[in-house]
Amino acid sequence: MLAKRIIPCLDIKDGRTVKGINFVDLRDAGDPVELAEIYSKEGADELIFLDISATEQKRKTLAELVYHVAEKVNIPFTVGGGISSVEDVDMLLHNGADKVSINSSAVKNPQLINDLVAKFGSQCIVMAIDAKIIDGEWIVHLVGGKVPTELNLFEWAKEVEERGAGEILFTSMNHDGTKNGFANEALARLSSELNIPIIASGGAGNVQHFVDTFIDGKADAALAASVFHFKEIEIKDLKAELKKKGIPMRI
Amino acid sequence: MKIVIINYGAGNIQSIKFAFQRLGYEAVLSQNENEIKNADKVVFPGVGEASSAMKMLRQSGLNTLIPTLKQPVLGICLGMQLMCHTSEEGDTEGLGIFDCDVVKFSNKVKVPQIGWNEISNLKTDLFKGISEKEHIYLVHSFFAPLCKETIATSDYGLSYSAALAKNNFYGVQFHPEKSSDVGEQILKNFLTL
Repeated sequence: MLAKRIIPCLDIKDGRTVKGINFVDLRDAGDPVELAEIYSKEGADELIFLDISATEQKRKTLAELVYHVAEKVNIPFTVGGGISSVEDVDMLLHNGADKVSINSSAVKNPQLINDLVAKFGSQCIVMAIDAKIIDGEWIVHLVGGKVPTELNLFEWAKEVEERGAGEILFTSMNHDGTKNGFANEALARLSSELNIPIIASGGAGNVQHFVDTFIDGKADAALAASVFHFKEIEIKDLKAELKKKGIPMRI
Repeated sequence: MKIVIINYGAGNIQSIKFAFQRLGYEAVLSQNENEIKNADKVVFPGVGEASSAMKMLRQSGLNTLIPTLKQPVLGICLGMQLMCHTSEEGDTEGLGIFDCDVVKFSNKVKVPQIGWNEISNLKTDLFKGISEKEHIYLVHSFFAPLCKETIATSDYGLSYSAALAKNNFYGVQFHPEKSSDVGEQILKNFLTL
């Protein structure tokens, strides 16, 4: 049976991990490669690197990082953050990334999804969608959830699927950072209306939240950052616990 | 040992090169006929779309070379699919090494299948030391049905071929280079075939 995936997310700035990371056994807390290796050993099923730097050298630094991660890590990983062209994606995949995630650039130019899919295939294109409830409606937001668009989450997700994206990474801005659990109602609706895998993001605080998002939210994968970085939840323990609850896991 | 990864413009071959590097071997990327012929082991990768990948193979003449190779050959993901008779993707005629026709998953399951699934009914030394129901990493929308060349099965809505073998030819639907320690063991096994 296909296992549900646990995905730690690492924020990257100028080639270094940001946010305080609480690993006592880490020689260099800012080294994404070392952190990736540790997560891989602890049983992470996949990793996501989100580049939040805005410098001129951003592309080159990110491409180098991807190369070094691919060299060391034997699980799949996705790279995202400011990717806006076929050339960007070509370079990242060429350097060893398995998938790329796109967000704002596809909202501004939806044809980009078709172009990327035609060139690289659906399997490596992850569409990241940030959304927030406004007057009872899920509205897609840009710039890390700061800028609202006209798009409805479910309509946009459907369009993204039709354009060929292989997977959706849905972050609920209402849940992100709250540690109160994932947006399971919206996730379950995405899962029933779409036929591509859905990654749940935003709201992980404890083990039960993961149980709920896989069962009630019907998510195919769950992403979290701080609970893993601060060791509030150990990936090994989390996966063992989920397996005990009958959720298919790779142990 | 000389390991050649066939480089015909398809897929994420850097990861395969790195995987051998982690095992202590330097694999060479090549589309040179002589270099491929003289290798001890040949890896035939592939990520992307079947008909365009097949077109690239034909342009370089590798479509006629690959079926004549005598050393162990390992097709990975789309590489394995192209070693089959045909693929439903882009209505593609494959290399015809495996007597099997590749088809698309039905809409009863989410397509593509992305993630870690179990392999069972393991046969041949490619899976030496690998337990039944170990997890491997897959990303694919098309699959090879069960056939007489099946050496590993996996389930996704139905049972299908996770790996195929015939004589010196091996094919795996999953990505051993991304399948953690299990994948590394399978690559190591391939090198001892």
